[in-house]
Order: sequence, then C-alpha cells, then structure tokens
Amino acid sequence: METEGSNIVVSRRNLMLEDWKHTLYLWRQNKLAMIGTVIIVFFIAIAVFAPLIAPYDPVKVDLSQALLSPSFEHIFGTDQFGRDIFSRVIYGARIEVGIILLVTVISGAIGIAVGITAGYFGGVIDEILMRITDIFLAFPNLILAMALSAMLGRGVFNAIIAISLVGWTVIARLSRAEAMKIKSLPYIEAIRALGAGNLRILLLHILPMCMSPVLVQLSLRMGSIILTAAGLGFLGLGAQPPTPEWGAIVSDGRSYLVDQWWISTFPGLFIALVVLGFNLLGDGIRDIMDPRIRR
Amino acid sequence: MKRLLDVSDLRVMFHTYRGTIKALNGVRLWLNEEERLGIVGETGCGKSVSALSIMRLIDPPGEITDGEVVFEGLDLLKMSEEEMDKSVRGKKISMIFQEPVSALNPVFKVGFQIAEAIAHSNDISMDEAYKKVPESLEMVGLDWKRSMELYPHELSGGMAQRVMIAMALAVKPKLLIADEPTSALDVTIQAQILQLLDELVRMGKNAVILITHDLGIASEFCDRITVMYAGNVIEVSDSQEVFQSPLHPYSKGLINSIPIIGASKVLRGIPGSVPDLVSPPPGCRFHPRCEFCFDRCRVELPDLREVKPDHFVACHLYSDDSKEG
Amino acid sequence: MEALIKVENLKKYFEIKKSMLSKPLQVKAINGISLEIPKGVIFAVVGESGSGKSTLGRVILKLIDPTSGKVFFDGQDITSLKSKDMIKYRKQMQIVQQDPYNSLHPRKLIKDIVGEGLKIHYKLSAEEIYLRIKEILECVGLREEHMFRYPHEFSGGQRQRIAIARALVLRPKFLVLDEPTSALDVSVQARTLALLCELKENFDLTYLFITHNLAVVDYMASHVAVMYLGKIMEIGSKDDIFSRPKHPYTVSLLEAIPSVGKGKRVRMIPRGEIPSPVNLPKGCLFHTRCVQAKDICAKKDPQEVEISPGHMCRCHLYS
Repeated sequence: METEGSNIVVSRRNLMLEDWKHTLYLWRQNKLAMIGTVIIVFFIAIAVFAPLIAPYDPVKVDLSQALLSPSFEHIFGTDQFGRDIFSRVIYGARIEVGIILLVTVISGAIGIAVGITAGYFGGVIDEILMRITDIFLAFPNLILAMALSAMLGRGVFNAIIAISLVGWTVIARLSRAEAMKIKSLPYIEAIRALGAGNLRILLLHILPMCMSPVLVQLSLRMGSIILTAAGLGFLGLGAQPPTPEWGAIVSDGRSYLVDQWWISTFPGLFIALVVLGFNLLGDGIRDIMDPRIRR
Repeated sequence: MKRLLDVSDLRVMFHTYRGTIKALNGVRLWLNEEERLGIVGETGCGKSVSALSIMRLIDPPGEITDGEVVFEGLDLLKMSEEEMDKSVRGKKISMIFQEPVSALNPVFKVGFQIAEAIAHSNDISMDEAYKKVPESLEMVGLDWKRSMELYPHELSGGMAQRVMIAMALAVKPKLLIADEPTSALDVTIQAQILQLLDELVRMGKNAVILITHDLGIASEFCDRITVMYAGNVIEVSDSQEVFQSPLHPYSKGLINSIPIIGASKVLRGIPGSVPDLVSPPPGCRFHPRCEFCFDRCRVELPDLREVKPDHFVACHLYSDDSKEG
Repeated sequence: MEALIKVENLKKYFEIKKSMLSKPLQVKAINGISLEIPKGVIFAVVGESGSGKSTLGRVILKLIDPTSGKVFFDGQDITSLKSKDMIKYRKQMQIVQQDPYNSLHPRKLIKDIVGEGLKIHYKLSAEEIYLRIKEILECVGLREEHMFRYPHEFSGGQRQRIAIARALVLRPKFLVLDEPTSALDVSVQARTLALLCELKENFDLTYLFITHNLAVVDYMASHVAVMYLGKIMEIGSKDDIFSRPKHPYTVSLLEAIPSVGKGKRVRMIPRGEIPSPVNLPKGCLFHTRCVQAKDICAKKDPQEVEISPGHMCRCHLYS
C-alpha cells in the first residue's frame, strides 16, 4: 500500500497562527483602523477603570455645586443638580459598554437563529421568517426602538431589548445568505449521507461558517447601537435618572444649552468620538477582510 | 515552413504572501507557421502561464522575469503595451479560453461582441464590422439570425465556444492559442468543436498552440507535443512519437496512467505529488518522484537536448552524446 | 448473484420557478429508470450533461426523494422511508463526490471529518474513535498524523482519499462514486482508481460508478448503463457495451473519445446540441442528433429491447 508523502501543497500546522500574524500586520498598516482601535481601547479602559478615574460620585446631588463651569475641580463642570459631569461621563461609559455587549449578544443570537433556519430549510419556513424580518425592517430603526421601548416601559434593560429587537434583522439576512450558500455545498450533502440530522448540521456545520461574517457585521453596528441608545436616553425612554447614560446626560443639559453648554456638550463629544472609533474600526475590519479573501 | 514563434528561457514568478512561486523555470518553445503545437501537462506545470506570457497577459503579482518571446522576428517582451494591443493581441495572436460563457461579456449580445472583435482587428468601423458578423457565425456552424441576438448566458457551452472561435478567427491571426478549449464541454460536443477547429484552422492556415491536460486530444489534433512539468519543458516531439516512444520518465509515467479502451494494462500512476513551486526541489524538479534518479539529477537542472531527430528531452539519462535543443 | 440495489421505474422531476408569476418549469431529471446492481460489482452509469446520472445516484441513496418508482436495498423497499427509519440504512450506503475542494468541511480537522459518521451512529469512547480513524486513514494510504490537519493542507488526490475514508469508516456495503476522479490529474486518477479497486476487494463493496469517461468505465466496471436525458439508452455488461454497442448514442460516445497515439481518423460525431432537460424532444430523446434517425423516431419513444441476456437497448433500429 503506497503511502502519501509530506511534500504536499501547504503543510504548516500553525497556519492559524500565521493567519493571525498576518491579520495583525495588516491591522498595523491601516492607519485609520489603528486610530479606531486606540479610541475603542480607551473607551473600554475608561469603562473598566471608572471607579479609579472618576473623582466624584456620579449620582450624588449637591445643589451647592450646581451649574459650575469647567474648572480644575470639575473638569467638565457640573449640572443643575451639582453632579460632576466628568464623573458622570466616565461612569456612563460603563453603561454604554454594557448596552453594546448585551445588544450585540441578543441581536446576534436572534439574528443567527432566524437566519440559518430560514436559509437552511427554505420553502415555507423561509417565506414566513423573511416576512417577519421584513416587517421589522419596514420601520426606521429609531422609531421602532422608540415604539418598542414605550411598549416595554422605561429603563435601560428595556431599552436594550428594544434595540436588540431592531438590530437582529441585518444579522438574520446575512446568516440566511451564508446558510443558503453553504447548504448546497458537497460537504453538507456528504454529512447528510452519513446520517446527520438537520439540527446537527445546523449547529455543528452551518453555524460555525456563519460566525465570521456575522461577527464582522456585529462590530460594524456597534457605533449605531450607541447612537440609538443615546437617542432613547435623550428622549427619556432608555436610562432613567439618575443613571448617567450619555444620551440622558445630554438630555439633562437641554434647557441649559446656551449658558451652561458643558452639560450636553461633553457627553455629546464622547458619543461622537466613540461612534467614530467604531466606524473607523469597522472600516478597517472590512478592508482587512477583503484583500485577505482575494488571497 | 518559417519559424513563427521562438520562446527561450522564459521565467515567470508570482509574488504571494506565502513566498515567490517560481512558476516558469526557463521554458523553451518553438512553433513554425501553420504548425499545431500541443502543450500538455498536469496541474501546476505552467502551460497556461506560458500561453499568457506569450500574450503578455501576466499581471501583478505575476512577473515575467527573464527570457525572450520572439514572434515574427520581434521580441514581444520588449514591446510596449500599446504596440502589443495595437498589433499583436487580437490581431496577430488571438486566444480562446476554457470557460467560454464566462469569457464573454455578459451584458452585450453576441453579435455586438463579434463585431467589436472584427472592428478592432481590421481597423474598420462598427457598422462595417456588423456586416461581417453573419459570415463569421455561419463559419462556425451557428444560425446567425438567432445567435446574433443572444446574450452569453443564453448560449450552451458548445455554442459559446463556437462564438469564441468565431471572434478569435475573424481576425485571421497568424497564431491561435487555445487554452483547454474543450475541457468544460461534454464529450460529444468536444468532438464537434475539435472537428470545427480542425477544419477552420486548416482553411485559415493558422498556427495553433493547444493547451490541454488530455493527451488524446493533443495526439489527434496536434503535429508536435511539448510536455511540461512543474515549470519546465521536459519533452518535445512529434505527436505520435511521444506516445509510442516516450523518453522522459515523467512522460512514460503519464502515458502509462491514461486508461485506454481495450487495453488491458494496469494503470500505475506516478508516486508522490507535484512539488510546491515556492520551494521547488533543486536540480531536476521531477527527481523526488523519479525511479531512475541519480546524483546529478538532484543538483543540476537538465537542458532540453535533441536526443533523436526532432525528439528533445530534458533528462540526465540522455545527457551524453546529444546536441543542445 | 442477487441484487444489492434494485430500482423500478424510478422518476425524479424537479420544479424550477423562474419567477413568482410564471408557471414553474419541470425538469425530468430521471424519467423511468429500472436497473439491478448485483452484489460485489462495479456498475458504471455513463452520460453527459443533463443525463440524470448524478441525480440517479442521489435518489438511490435517498439524499433526494424520488417523485415515483421504487428503490430496494438488499431486498428492502426503502423508497418511502422517513429520515428516522433511513438512519440504519445510511450506515450501509455512502457517497464519494466529485469536487475534492468542496467535499470536506474547510474548518474542521481531518479526524473530525472522518470521525463524524462514528459519532452519529455509535456511542464509542474517544480512544476507540481515534483507533478507527487511524485504521481507515491507513487503509487509504494516509498516516496517523494527517488526522490533525485541515483539508486545505492536502492536494486534490489526498482529499479524495480522505473523502473515501469518511465514507468507509462506517463499513458500508454500497458506495456511490460520483465522478470521483474527474477533477484529478491523470496520474493521480490512476492511483485513486487502483485504491478504489483494492478497497472494493478488502471491504467487500459494491460500487455505483458515475462518470462521463468511457475509458475509465472500461478499466473499472463490469456492468454499464448509458443514460441520456433521464433515460437509459443501453445497458449491459462491459463486453456488450464496448465490443457490441448497439445504440447510436453509445456508438457516438465511443467515437467521440480522442484516441492516444493513433493520429487523426474519421468519426461519427452526433450533430447539434444536447437538448435542454426542460424542453425534451418528442419521440426518441436522441432523434434530434442521431444520424440514423428514421421517421418513427420523431414520433414514438422506443421501448427497451433485449439484444441478448442482460444487454438491452432502447432504439427503433432494433424493435
């Protein structure tokens, strides 16, 4: 019996490691992606180390310190309740990170589940699931989030659910497309011939292949999650006082925009900066994925 | 007949993230006017790359690093891009490809594409070119009234290949390069297309380079056959000679691997696999798989030498008393 | 020898919807196939595009459900079995596909690909699974360490070996081979065919060998069925088909093969295109391209005629 030799096309066992090294290399090459990464790392760091960074208690009311302009003691000034804006923004980062994580996980889970089921089974199941998806897609994101939020009630958790219910549709479409592509490939047929049931195929074979594009898409959407959350917070539908969610803080400063501009401006700047960071990161991810595929 | 094409020491590299693929390692080809040369070999041998190099269609990350491609006395590798476009590509040398439907532009009708080819090659206007389209389509056995109005995706594989042949031969090229023109077609359609090509090329007095992995096709269609392996030319001879008395161990192995109806031999195949061209074996690239390998083979790349009249081999087994190819 | 596989008047029609509003088109992929595959043989099915040969293999394996007709495996009628009941048959019938570059899951290790069948059907310990995988890989000419690699690290020929190992790990009786060597280089094909012959002997297998390459059929098979547009045009032993072909289509297939080392020769090449399976010719399916077509061929579909025991032909020339 003749045995195959090892002088085969690519025989590097650490191909995964090499892949990573190449990704990091491309990452460093892309200036914008680097800027985005720095911003986001900064953002996460602030959230993690909030108690160490914030000089004051973000929710404690001290009317004697109300409406102070930015100074050495209060870098971002104080609001109408005497709360230090800087501390509120820092702690707000925690809330934002929490929102992003939960929304990503929930919308990702719903989206993938709906998508791969629709894509794999096709037929009536696909039609029904896609029509449901269409219904959700028919509404502009923020409007739908507002409606759901109003239905569910106020508060951060309900806002998270509302935003998740708005965001899953894109993931569903993407997963469906991937599932449809993969289900007709020979290796899926081979596994069916081996006797695998549909559930096994969906979970062990189709799902892993969808993860890559889905993860990219989820990271691209993180910026818009913050915007929607901030929007809800601003409208009073998301975080409730005294929770220092950035949108809520901006809303706090609404009546004081002209004379005490700092209340709304600083959280607003942070929102803009972090969204920018995610967008740059997202573009970078897209650029990196693309030429690598062409390889 | 006059020498039409003379390719010597052609070297092509592809720069990839994995390393540099040394795709062509000093390829030597020659062809006379009206002659039919078959280039045969297996995956990765460099036959398509050779053809694309002649047409100067190698784009980055590929690079022609050395060699000469002398066509009608002029070195094509030294020609400017404009000159190549203006006088060579689609005029003196034309090419047809393996997947005919994908090689055609999907958004234009067949009639338009043929007219465009004719207009470009004869330097006439599109209106005048359109008048020549029906004749062109009839020549390849298609009903011109219907075919002119079709889009490529409406054509079957065989019809699309006929259209490609019409486009390629409308320009009356001195040399037609056919890269696996029938590999994607059904067996009975393949027979039709080869018969068509045979007739047209004989009438048009075109020289042909036919690239294929199918030795049967090469044997029937071509006058001479060049066998390539891993970027080198390893044997060249008359098409019957190479099958009746192959000299190179690879050619022998290859011919012994072809199932033939009625033959009762055991097909042995060739042990091992084609080398990784990023770090190919030193010396003769076939030596790791060769049962006759000796020391010299491991260090020195054999030259292509004429070992019998009009029969050339690149193998150290024949390195004594033979003249340079 | 009794038949391992028996197929009676098998039909598979596909519906293609061009758009929401237009009527769906019907593709008669298999249109009345009956045959018997005796145990222990290599039974070849030959045909070109649209012949239905690949669909036939899959319907026999119940990877596609037939529209009508019956499929028998080892005497049992498996035609209407639901997936639950098919599971025990799955162990006994497997497939090796044409495309070595898409037939293995790209993100899984070889050991997981080959071992999947074992995990589905048996409750074995990790050691036992490991040993069985190692054993089967060695049978196909690979080594233990290959278990820990990914498909992209292997050549086409090796991937086919892995696909064969995956199919054989369950020790099936019957293997459908759908153009297993068409995507491989000729020298690799030779070794793969040799391996398939050896495995057939060692594992006591029966093969349904689907291909368009008659030379490979001559080398491998003992029985041949020639298909065209969903029907069998001629069926018989290898000797019948290659030495005494009767159907004009069979003859043209044999003529169409370029011969090595014999120079040019005059051949009977069928004219015209292969009709689209959506728009089948009336009467005899081959009449539009047949150089010997008579008037009746355009009107009436010929019945099967027995030329000699086991050798049947569907042509008006012989009825």
